Amino acid sequence: MTKPLHLILIEILQVVIVIAAAPAFLGWVDMLKCWLQGRTSAGIMQPYRNIAKLFVKDVVLADNASWIFRITPYLVFGTAVVVGSVIPIISTNLFLAPSADIIVVIAIFATARFFMALAGMDIGTAFGGMGASREMMIASLTEPAILMAIFTVSLAGRSTSLLHIVQSFSNGALVLRPSIVFAGIAFVLVVIAEAGRVPVDNPSTHLELTMVHEAMILEYSGRHLALIEWGSMIRFFLFVTLGIACFLPWGIASTDDAGSIAASVFFMVIKAAVIGVVVVLIETGLAKMRLFRLTEFLGAAFLLSTLGVIAFFILE
Amino acid sequence: MNLQLLAQINSFLAALVLLTAFAMLSQRKINSLVTLFAWQGLFLSINTAVVGFVAAKHHLYISSLLTLSIKVILLPYILHVLIVRLKIRKEMETIMNIPTTMLIGIALVIFSYHLTAPVREMSTLITRSTLAVALATVMIGLLMMITRKHAVTQIIGFLAMENGLFFAATSATYGMPLVVELGVALDVLIAAFIFGIFFFHISTTFDSLSVEQMESLREDN
Amino acid sequence: MILLVLIITPFVAAMILAFIGDRKVAPVINIFSSFLTFLAGIALAVEVFRHGQFVAGGKFFFVDAFNVYLSVLTAFVSMTTAVFSRRYMQREKDHGKVGHTRMRFYHAMFQMFIFAMLLCLLTNNIGVLWIAMELATLSTVLLVSLYRTPNAIEAAWKYFILCGVGIAQALFGTVLLYFAAEKVIGEGGEALLWTNLIEVSGSLEPTVLSLAFVFLVVGYGTKVGLVPLHNWLPDAHSEGPTPISAVLSGLLLNIALYALVRCKVLVDGSTHTHYAGNIMMGFGIISILVASFSILRQKDIKRMFSYSSIEHMGIATFAFGLGGSIATFGALLHMLMHSITKSSIFFTVGHVCQMNQTQEISRIKGLFKGDPFTGWSLMLGAMAIAGMPPFGIFTSEFLILTATIKDVPLLTPLILIGLAVAFAGLLRKVQYMVSGDIPSYFKQLKTARTPVILHMALVLALAFYMPAFLYKWFQAAVELLK
Repeated sequence: MTKPLHLILIEILQVVIVIAAAPAFLGWVDMLKCWLQGRTSAGIMQPYRNIAKLFVKDVVLADNASWIFRITPYLVFGTAVVVGSVIPIISTNLFLAPSADIIVVIAIFATARFFMALAGMDIGTAFGGMGASREMMIASLTEPAILMAIFTVSLAGRSTSLLHIVQSFSNGALVLRPSIVFAGIAFVLVVIAEAGRVPVDNPSTHLELTMVHEAMILEYSGRHLALIEWGSMIRFFLFVTLGIACFLPWGIASTDDAGSIAASVFFMVIKAAVIGVVVVLIETGLAKMRLFRLTEFLGAAFLLSTLGVIAFFILE
Repeated sequence: MNLQLLAQINSFLAALVLLTAFAMLSQRKINSLVTLFAWQGLFLSINTAVVGFVAAKHHLYISSLLTLSIKVILLPYILHVLIVRLKIRKEMETIMNIPTTMLIGIALVIFSYHLTAPVREMSTLITRSTLAVALATVMIGLLMMITRKHAVTQIIGFLAMENGLFFAATSATYGMPLVVELGVALDVLIAAFIFGIFFFHISTTFDSLSVEQMESLREDN
Repeated sequence: MILLVLIITPFVAAMILAFIGDRKVAPVINIFSSFLTFLAGIALAVEVFRHGQFVAGGKFFFVDAFNVYLSVLTAFVSMTTAVFSRRYMQREKDHGKVGHTRMRFYHAMFQMFIFAMLLCLLTNNIGVLWIAMELATLSTVLLVSLYRTPNAIEAAWKYFILCGVGIAQALFGTVLLYFAAEKVIGEGGEALLWTNLIEVSGSLEPTVLSLAFVFLVVGYGTKVGLVPLHNWLPDAHSEGPTPISAVLSGLLLNIALYALVRCKVLVDGSTHTHYAGNIMMGFGIISILVASFSILRQKDIKRMFSYSSIEHMGIATFAFGLGGSIATFGALLHMLMHSITKSSIFFTVGHVCQMNQTQEISRIKGLFKGDPFTGWSLMLGAMAIAGMPPFGIFTSEFLILTATIKDVPLLTPLILIGLAVAFAGLLRKVQYMVSGDIPSYFKQLKTARTPVILHMALVLALAFYMPAFLYKWFQAAVELLK
């Protein structure tokens, strides 16, 4: 704590890693999915190419687009970067991390989602409104679940600060905690919903009956779309790193020297890669659900996270 | 193995038992229900063996084996045979929708936790905290019997209750005396025999195993 | 030794009957073994009368005034029921209602049921008590569904499920009881023995026992048929064969109440309050009121009398809950009287139903003219069960009411209302059935008169003259239950 320059450097490194690695993570997931389904993949770099392509294109705005529509891409991207700066990903000695706890992180994500929904409705097309309403329905189900999961983790870590949680978990002895296992499973289900993956949403189709996220951003183009897509990738990546911080925090550096930071990055890459495999397995194993079955899917997530809280009180 | 780790394994298995109870509550397909019931029995059996090891109570090994053979192998097998023979393949109908049932289930867990508080405070056993889970399993089995309208599901709920009771005995007192455990196991076996006969009777008399048709005996008839 | 004969006889008989199947001798064996059981019961009673209570079989069995009187009662009623069922079941077989396999099953299970009840009564281990209670349920479930009609299967299923659920709660209560006892007595089977428990009941943890009692009262209360846990009872009684209705109503309910009272004594000893008694009084009052009003609405004769059973079990539960020597004495007497009277009524009802080939009250008429003996025994039985003097139930109800007026005068009107409504309901319907002209479908049949006469004579005799030994038993039982 005596060398602020160090800390600022680490912070900057982390933000850069988050922004830069998020498309790669999505690319990894898509690649694995292609392999599993016996298709030839476009390679891990494909999301970068998509974003680059969108950036060089012109923005086409609808006539009646308001400032909300124009501001939302920047907001989505910005909030994602802000969150990326407070989650301990490569080190627990983060400059900005004490400024926000885990609940704030969730709230920032919720804000971004709120503006997305507004923007979806802004133009007034049918698909935008439909996507927004579906998105909010899903949100109303995921948010209680994710909060309960986070409460469980906070109870076990005795703090809502992510730093404390990471430290208390990675320093303590290995304890078999049913509450954390429940919360972890619930978290995985929620992340699938939040990131708009199968079985909640299918990111690769524009089928009008099923799309949720794609329906909201149907009116975007050019750099706006690029920012939103990029923001979404970062968001997906951040949820994964949040999961790592809460449930698999071993390996995150707590000292400032370059060696441990490098090791921490290495561990992060390994863990993210493994989680990518898990996500793909879930995605290929399940079929897209009907929208109204989602209440059961997310209800199960809520149940698990609540059981986590209860198990914490009953059994620990 | 140190005691603390065993205690953790014990509470972890308890959590799994609770989880299977909830999974059964949410399950619509009857085959999966039987499988879940077998899993619950398996967790219970392992748990009993662990407790037996911790407490150095050898009769618990017998109980554990008994659970394994009856509740994990025999009863699921019988149920499976009955399901195939009676050609039950349908999804179950529930009276309440599943999320509501789940919420009630959670409320029951909290209720059990409070109800068993005096016992937990007085007990010195390492398994004392799992008593609440045991009672919750009993209650959830009861809930399952109430919210389902199918004979097979009702029976599985009944057997899940029996599981919870067995679990309660293990966690409150390191198991009942062996003679009682054996007697209870015998009763479960006889009950299994009887419901097997019953399934045939019901399905031949009513053409299906839905309990919904059995509503002629009412006060207003 | 006598004890062993008492317990083993029905079990062996069950095996034999299961083995030989439906032969001419099967009912005879049934009667004979019941008779043997009864003799053993008497002998055991004499032994208790002479030497007082004792434990036997390595503390596994325990005999005192309370359970020996119920054992003799159980053996007696099952004996008369066996006599009754010989002709009754023969006729059902002739009507094609039951086949050979089911008759084999019926006889074996009947004896098994008696075995379970006796084991329940005489065991010293409250865990085994639970097991025997469950066995008693299981052995009768398939007897209730003996006719395989949709209604019978529904009734049996309800009986199986509801009693299964109920009795599961009782097991949880037993676990809690064991938990409390283990702290005082130490681990192992010793901690479940009634004789040990009662000695240390003062030092058992009151909070745990209070909690345990809630589960026990729900569990055993389901089997007693206490409202609101009574749903299975009218169905099971009305759809099963009549001999089974007679033993269910006359015996099984008693046994369940016996278990409940045993637990109550323990809880009272631990809490030193009237907590358990209050719960039982509450259940009792509700049962009396709900059951008596339900009697008014019944259209099925067996259902009507099964509601009357709920009412009487409510009275006995209430009286046990009230405590005190007069009320407890009354309750013990009431269990005895109700059991004898109700089984005799069910015998008669069985005859009535066979003669009219229906259980519907509206289709039963003209019994006085059609078959005076059956008509009169139904009329007298109804009068007895409704609590008219000079029958024994009047005596016990009178005792219970006296105690109520003394201890909780405010509850007296409630009980009186219940009794009056039940009285009016029963007599009005029975009046309708016995009077009038003989319907066209009426068919006079040869009836088994001995059991009915024996029971009614007993009820009448006990009202006027209570033998000294019975009085002494009851006094001893009252002492035990204080």
